[in-house]
Amino acid sequence: MRILVQEAAFDLGAESNAFAEAQSNMGAVVTFTGIVRNNVEGTLQSMRIEHYPGMTEKALTKIAEEASSRWDLGDVLVIHRYGDLEPGELIMMVATASKHRVHAFEAAEFLMDFLKSRAPFWKKEITSDSAEWVAAKDTDEDALKRW
Amino acid sequence: MDVVYFAWVRERIGLPKERVDTEASSVMELVEELRAREDRYAIAFSDLSALRVALDQELSDFDASLSGVREVAFFPPMTGG
Repeated sequence: MRILVQEAAFDLGAESNAFAEAQSNMGAVVTFTGIVRNNVEGTLQSMRIEHYPGMTEKALTKIAEEASSRWDLGDVLVIHRYGDLEPGELIMMVATASKHRVHAFEAAEFLMDFLKSRAPFWKKEITSDSAEWVAAKDTDEDALKRW
Repeated sequence: MDVVYFAWVRERIGLPKERVDTEASSVMELVEELRAREDRYAIAFSDLSALRVALDQELSDFDASLSGVREVAFFPPMTGG
């Protein structure tokens, strides 16, 4: 299990390859990547991501441990960035490895659902004339109920 | 104890962190003490359904005990991913 909370950009290809190559007895690797999306008007200058140092790492570790206990996983990787990110930049990635693809897919979805509303990150959309905190959606909380 | 604030809670109160001397036995009692201090606290804590609380970096509830707690954090619902 590897949990990284960092300001620096990461190399999706290098991280995905290293993760897959480290698996010796797994049949499936699933990766998900979150990208800074421009707003509807296309005026987003940056997405400012704040987090709670200390709690973030603990919360992500707990979520990854929970996924590992529910599914037969060989490994889990979570990278989440903070700071000012521009549209198109990678915010985060998760990767799961399992003998079976269903486990890898489900565990990756579980990680994403919990990461959205149980890991202490907050996003603020900065445009040329506004700076608004992104509100959590009811659907984010509802998504946890299926697990 | 240390009280820390994040996102718009931090902006409304105007501080990321402060030391609070309190006898409050629950989170709710601490919230009432803070609300009584100044308008900026009253405004930040006006709608508790829009807030979350963590005790020593674990998500908790507003009716939880503060016994032995060193750090209380208030913030809006998280938006990771």
